[in-house]
Amino acid sequence: MKQKKADKKGSLLSPFKAVNYLFKKPRTLRYPFELKEPALRYRGFHLNDWEKCTGCGNCADICPNEAIEMVEIPELKPKPAEGIKNERPKLDYGRCCFCGLCVDICPAGCLRLSRDYFHIHFDTNTFAFFPKDEKTDKEHFLSSGQYSILKASLAHRKENYEGFAPDIDYSLFEPQRVPMPEVPPEERKLSFIEQVIGYNKEEAKREASRCLECKLCEEACPAHLKISDYIKAIYEDKSDESLKKIFEDNPIPSICGRICMKHCETACSLSIRGEALAVRWLKRFVADSIKDYKAALELRAAEPTGKKVAVIGAGPSGLSTAYFLTLKGHKVTVFDSLPGGGGMLRIGPPLYRLPIEAIDKDVNHIASLGVEFRFNTTVGKDVLFEDILKEYDAIYLGIGTTISRSTNVKNINKAYLALPFLQQNKIGQGTKVGKEIIVIGGGNVAMDVAREALRLQCMQYPNEEVVTRTVSLEDWDELPATKDEIEEAKAEGIQFNPGWGPKEVKVENGRIKGLLCVKVRSVFDEQGRFSPSFYEEKQMFLDADMIIEAIGQASNFSFLPKEFFEKLEFTPQRKVKVDENGMTSIPRMFAGGDIVNMNLDAVTAIADAKIAAEGIHKMIIGR
Amino acid sequence: MSMNLNSEAVTPARELELYFGPQHLGMIGNFSITLKVEGDRILEATANPGYLHRGFEKLMELRSWIQNFPMVCRINVVEPDSMEMIYAMAVEKLAQIEVPERAHFIRSIYLELARVGSHLFGLWAYANMLGFDTVAQWAMYHRDLILDLFEELTGGRVYHIYIWPGGVRRDFPSVFKDKIVNTLHSIGGCVPDYDSTFFNNRLFYERANGIGQLTQEQAKQWGATGQTLRATGMPYDIRKIEPYAAYDKVDWNVPVRENGDAYSRVWVIRDEMIESVHMIFKLLDAMPGGTVYNRIPNPFKWKVPRGDVYVRCESSRGELGLYLVSNGEDKPYRVHFRTPSYPHGLIILEKLLKNASIADVGNIMISLYVVAPEIDR
Repeated sequence: MKQKKADKKGSLLSPFKAVNYLFKKPRTLRYPFELKEPALRYRGFHLNDWEKCTGCGNCADICPNEAIEMVEIPELKPKPAEGIKNERPKLDYGRCCFCGLCVDICPAGCLRLSRDYFHIHFDTNTFAFFPKDEKTDKEHFLSSGQYSILKASLAHRKENYEGFAPDIDYSLFEPQRVPMPEVPPEERKLSFIEQVIGYNKEEAKREASRCLECKLCEEACPAHLKISDYIKAIYEDKSDESLKKIFEDNPIPSICGRICMKHCETACSLSIRGEALAVRWLKRFVADSIKDYKAALELRAAEPTGKKVAVIGAGPSGLSTAYFLTLKGHKVTVFDSLPGGGGMLRIGPPLYRLPIEAIDKDVNHIASLGVEFRFNTTVGKDVLFEDILKEYDAIYLGIGTTISRSTNVKNINKAYLALPFLQQNKIGQGTKVGKEIIVIGGGNVAMDVAREALRLQCMQYPNEEVVTRTVSLEDWDELPATKDEIEEAKAEGIQFNPGWGPKEVKVENGRIKGLLCVKVRSVFDEQGRFSPSFYEEKQMFLDADMIIEAIGQASNFSFLPKEFFEKLEFTPQRKVKVDENGMTSIPRMFAGGDIVNMNLDAVTAIADAKIAAEGIHKMIIGR
Repeated sequence: MSMNLNSEAVTPARELELYFGPQHLGMIGNFSITLKVEGDRILEATANPGYLHRGFEKLMELRSWIQNFPMVCRINVVEPDSMEMIYAMAVEKLAQIEVPERAHFIRSIYLELARVGSHLFGLWAYANMLGFDTVAQWAMYHRDLILDLFEELTGGRVYHIYIWPGGVRRDFPSVFKDKIVNTLHSIGGCVPDYDSTFFNNRLFYERANGIGQLTQEQAKQWGATGQTLRATGMPYDIRKIEPYAAYDKVDWNVPVRENGDAYSRVWVIRDEMIESVHMIFKLLDAMPGGTVYNRIPNPFKWKVPRGDVYVRCESSRGELGLYLVSNGEDKPYRVHFRTPSYPHGLIILEKLLKNASIADVGNIMISLYVVAPEIDR
């Protein structure tokens, strides 16, 4: 029987074919004398570029084995405004499974894996270490000449030996922002229609889902809003909860959701290799989607304390101070010379950026909490500062910068100033504009003025050739206006002349003919101070029948009686000096906003207001 | 071994309890069988798992959807890839994630490479157990060549962590197609050597024929899948019945044998490897261009919609199933794997060992292709 099967199932001798292999070259490698190069994508030990790493901690959050710990490095300086923490990831190779999820989530793309995989040591503590790369750790990364495989370890590594690398196409985060629907430039420049349409619910949810919750933004935000929490609430479809989180630190979300300078988005870790999370638009979505703040917030004011606080100026800082103090039970009265709340925001940002209804929504809510607003009331004229100081337990100054500066070149008195121009068009009668307008300035106000002027031109001279130009000392790379503003202005057809300074307004028969400009050599001196110098021989003449100056603003302290003004101390940067509680050198008088900080924006004003409101509360209650 | 030394005092053969594994040279992995033997005949065998219980299914309830992805592969050390595949399939089905066409092809190619690698490993184990050391070394070497391919594609040799929900983790590196073809040609070139040394070797036939035999009826009744079922003449293969990835895009056959014994099972493994290699060539030719990954939602916020799903695929050992329940949270609510080694190693093995000889324990167990980590999880 066996015989029979053997015929069918092969011979006993056939295995001897294998003898052939005796004479073949061995397949095994004589390690370490013969090496096998790991593949280019090999997932070995980590590399981290400390210069690019922001310390966001996403690697630690995603690690399935909790092998990564974020550790503060005292030698590194945190830069919250740029979204950089002084923490760096520490790897524990007793836990790491080399899956590389940390690489795929790393927003900065600084964390990679190398092709090294040897570490032999008697001390297990050496298995926990801070990955660096050849750029930041010259000592342990060696050139191929100095490197020896016999010493291979975490402390003896080959330079330029990268393995598994980050790839934006396969990243675990979404680098693209949900596009914000906008009125196209051709259409929007014909009217003051609000340019940004706003996210709908589905878009907002999708955008909110991009947030990695690393909270770099919260440190960058001057008012430290709980951004990550309110974004998460949007994602979870809980607009009410989101609004509550916003109101903890910012009582004017409808305004800030439109014009905030979004320090958060500059710091956003997604912005390093992609587009920053649209934090501002998401805040706007929440503010717009909730019709009645009061019902959503369920705020409960504290028991009335019987204390009275006066706030001068109903701008962002004044509004916020009033809000925070009212919640603490104090009676707050806000004085403002304008007919409504918002301060500079009521007159400054054009309607296409910040409609009046958006401002009034926030102001009316604050008023509904019991804040008394006395509009059309100029302190120093309609009511005296001394009387206020006598009558109230504390005063908060949030007067902002309300005087437009002028270049003072020849014949400049024929030109318009930015603030009156903006105010007239936003809440006044409007302005009759020329066909060729020059706006002097390169900041955000200049952009507002230029874009508003262009709209007026398009409305007043339909189907006619009109042009609006800007002239600014700063060159393209120095323009103080935000990139978005510049791009949008360009799209609408504003012509830029950066790097030119105004020399003289040419006037003929009492009418403006144009602006003579000179080429700028440099704007700042060696110490970085503003001190422009020019190439006097390089001149340019620009035709114009209207010129508007938008080169900056100053504060108006004329309401302060002399004896008070003399007591008021200023910083070297000509800002009102305040202590850690926001109190000025005049007792019981606090200050915040543009007269105090250098950022000159709404959210910093809110941050000041938070400090001052705490300070005022402590002072009047603690007494 | 019972011997009657003295006809007057007949001592009946002593019943012994014999522990086969976990520390036993013939045992693959951390697994044990308690044998009740009389002489060298096994009266009763009790599979004794639990040496490798890592609690994966529970651990997965504590980790987010993406954090589970590097972990599932570790359930099966020998062929981690179908684990990745089945997890991705289940999550994709629950979360309704589309997978690009090219990714389907890459997945199929990758899974077939994994099948070849796994079968070579199985061949190593089986040949080694029978004493065919040379063949075992060849198989191990050739498996290493496959691992080289994996290393090139995924960055890892054993745990590739490559198929994730939404597609695959990276596209083919440059000239990778050629590398696959070259590697498979060089392995395929050795098939005649394997045949003459092992598969057509009479020693193998003598040793495996009729060992651990089961009928098709028994196989079906006891929950056998994979080679164990196909070796009884039933062309049951999930890739054909319920095609996933790109298995319905090319023509291929299901190798079948009739006898249902160890010999047939090992031959099915051999034929499957060859079929897989042919399939890979066809897939490579038909592979479309385009992207290979549709981005999944932000892992820190990803909540998979409420629901439950059972998905299955054909791993190198048989039907691999995953029952996944989501209650709409950022983590799975319940995970349960149906692994082929479970019925093979716990039910069929016990039944086939009954009345077998001690010398055949390894033979039967390895031909059933039992992998302990799949049983324990």
